[in-house]
Amino acid sequence: MIYEMYVDSSASIEKFGFGFIFSSHWEPVKEEFGALTFIYGTIVSSFMALLMSLPISIGVAIFLSELVHKSIRTSLSFLVEILAAIPSIIYGFWGIFVLAPFMRTTIQPFLQSVFGFLPFFQGTMYGTGLLTASIILAIMITPIITAITRDVLKAIPVAQKEAAFALGATRWEGIKMALLNARSGILGGAVLGLGRAIGETMAVTMVIGNKAQIKASFFEPAYTMASVIANEFAEASNEMQISALIEVGLILFGVTFLVNSMARLLIYSVTRNAQ
Amino acid sequence: MTADNFNKNDEVNSSESEIFIESEDSADDQAKQKNAVVTNNLTVYFNKRSAIEDVNVKIKKNSVTAVIGPSGCGKSTFLRSLNMMHEMTPSAKVFGEIYINGESIMNFNMVDLRKKVGMVFQKPNPFPTMSIFDNVAAGFKLNGSAGKNDLNEIVEKNLINAGLWDEVKDRLKSPAVSLSGGQQQRLCIARTIAVNPEIVLLDEPTSALDPVSSSKIEELLYNLKSEYTIIIVTHNMQQAARVSDQTAFFYLGKLIEISRTRKMFTNPKEKLTEEYITGKFG
Amino acid sequence: MTAEKIFKNPKNLKRRKFINSLMILLCFIAAVLTILPLLYIFIYTTQSGITALNIDFFTQLPKPVGEEGGGMANAIVGSGILICLGGLIGIPIGIMSGIYIAEYSKSFLAGAIKFTTDVLSGVPSIVVGIFAYGVVVLSMQSFSAIAGGFALGILMIPTVTKITEEMLRLVPHSLREASLALGVSRWKTTVKVVLKTASSGIITGILLAIARAAGETAPLLFTAFGNSFWQTSIDQPIAALPLQIFVYAISPYEDWHRQAWAGAFVLIFMVFIVNFLVRYVTRNKFG
Repeated sequence: MIYEMYVDSSASIEKFGFGFIFSSHWEPVKEEFGALTFIYGTIVSSFMALLMSLPISIGVAIFLSELVHKSIRTSLSFLVEILAAIPSIIYGFWGIFVLAPFMRTTIQPFLQSVFGFLPFFQGTMYGTGLLTASIILAIMITPIITAITRDVLKAIPVAQKEAAFALGATRWEGIKMALLNARSGILGGAVLGLGRAIGETMAVTMVIGNKAQIKASFFEPAYTMASVIANEFAEASNEMQISALIEVGLILFGVTFLVNSMARLLIYSVTRNAQ
Repeated sequence: MTADNFNKNDEVNSSESEIFIESEDSADDQAKQKNAVVTNNLTVYFNKRSAIEDVNVKIKKNSVTAVIGPSGCGKSTFLRSLNMMHEMTPSAKVFGEIYINGESIMNFNMVDLRKKVGMVFQKPNPFPTMSIFDNVAAGFKLNGSAGKNDLNEIVEKNLINAGLWDEVKDRLKSPAVSLSGGQQQRLCIARTIAVNPEIVLLDEPTSALDPVSSSKIEELLYNLKSEYTIIIVTHNMQQAARVSDQTAFFYLGKLIEISRTRKMFTNPKEKLTEEYITGKFG
Repeated sequence: MTAEKIFKNPKNLKRRKFINSLMILLCFIAAVLTILPLLYIFIYTTQSGITALNIDFFTQLPKPVGEEGGGMANAIVGSGILICLGGLIGIPIGIMSGIYIAEYSKSFLAGAIKFTTDVLSGVPSIVVGIFAYGVVVLSMQSFSAIAGGFALGILMIPTVTKITEEMLRLVPHSLREASLALGVSRWKTTVKVVLKTASSGIITGILLAIARAAGETAPLLFTAFGNSFWQTSIDQPIAALPLQIFVYAISPYEDWHRQAWAGAFVLIFMVFIVNFLVRYVTRNKFG
């Protein structure tokens, strides 16, 4: 698979070399291609999504594994699973018609009035843009991180927590200890979520605004690797553009491969010790 | 061992060894021919640790042999090596020779060997997706042989032999898991003997059952003796005494003693055997 | 400070208790925050979808811009064809590798397959789409249903493999032994006893994989491509439900939006039903 993609993108790789990654020019008409803007958009949107999603996911996982009664737990877990199973196109659709207007009219003005002195929150409020894409991504990866954190927490022996309680620890202190023990597994879950966010295509394409630029403001539209492929591939005007797009795909594949391998190794290391 | 004892043993041996135990110096080949199972220096390793070491037994055709000993002494390992069940466990290594009816098991392929040497397990394990009928016929159905009429006959005959026919003849199509534990175990025996093995291995077949079901199975073993050679591993010494002609005692992976059951339980050769039987350890 | 002082210090204890309550409250808020969008998306889609849903949606072809009405019949059929093609590729391969991992888990190859499927499950679907483009579209010189099915099939493999492996591991070892002891070969034991016993679990896994594939859009953009007419031959571009939703959703026409919501409702409803079914079946069996 890697080989196939390498062959198909070889034209572009030969022409642009390493400059491909560092150039921010993407002009199909002139046959000039550089992927920097897409890499930037992908990285920023994914990490922002992870930043928002991680604390929430850990909270939900604790809530599910430690705090609630079993009957609520099963139905809640089910809801979280469903959240993971909804097709991304529906997230994107919902993002355009519900989340984006809501961002434009409520959240973005609020952020600008409070944090307006930061460059991140200045500029025109379109509704769609980097921040909106990050929020959608955060909603989408929360179930993944939650599920893995929950499993990892379950793998921590009950006796450890009981020992902490026996020493007079409060409930939270007991949980904190479990979290510390499970940290590499949780990290694995987070990285896995990151991998999913990096590769997510449809939902992001629909709300990020699709403009190849690097701006400081999170309100501005941007572009990710996955969305540029989605948008331009079928309508690519010439061989070189296709080749360049495939190279973007190759980079995307490489990044997600690395991220996922890392996540798997982290998760294996925890669950193996638990067995 | 006192001289007195020794003489007595000798007497017993001379009168009975012809039936059950070949005298040591008889020709090897002849022994292999006459016996259903012969092992020479059978040794099994799991990883680097030996589970049984240098086991030499000769088991006569159409006899019942009980294998006793404390937990972890290698009883099951011995039994499972006879039909190469260890092939499923990658860490297991088997050394030594095993002859089934005079032929080395190296000459068999796995499938043929297991058709000759059937096995019944500790916990009843009928196939949950199959009916009672299909379970008995499983050996044929899974291998894709035998026609429908033959199967009816085979199933009926073996259920009768397993003493289960009267209890299940009206519901052959119902799922096998609907039977009670004891019935399931007899079903498993019927399933095993249906493929017409020469030797039947039973690995603690009654330890998961209640006393009534157990006694039914013991009865069954007695009846099956005329057609099959039976080797049964058991924790229950009374059971060994009741059902077997010959008893083998294992301890810490070694075969301590193998002799006629009556003799073993009344007048064992080895001190260790006596201590175990009288309950001094284990 | 000695331990005794720390424990007996009332201020300290108060603080610890406060942190305890605060953190538990935060966890609760997190749970609410997660569930809220789900309910919102679900209810919103249902509301907008049901009002737009009618018989025409399932029986009519799309109408050109400006005309009222029309439906997505071709997209629904197209999705069905794509899923069938995907299943033909993905399900057998998935089941086989699942069997290999579960039954021959000691070998190096099994470990390698396991790692590969784990990683494959994280590969972005759009990258799989590119792969399918390179392999099928370029060699056939045309967008086609085959290319779309190929992409969906590859996406199904990890899910099917994973669930097959897990279900086979749940089958008790004693059943394998029972079959082997009857003189049944290893391969026949695996297929006729182990696989059969695990079949209901594996079928639910396949359903899950299908539900996921049915919602995939990205890899279809440049493989199946989409089509606004009836098309049932598999070497031609073909429509698919999620693809149609995408096209309609980003269009500026109100009527198309309504259609897209109806499509989204059909998708979400299907996903929900499948998940519910799976939940129900697996609970009965292993709960």
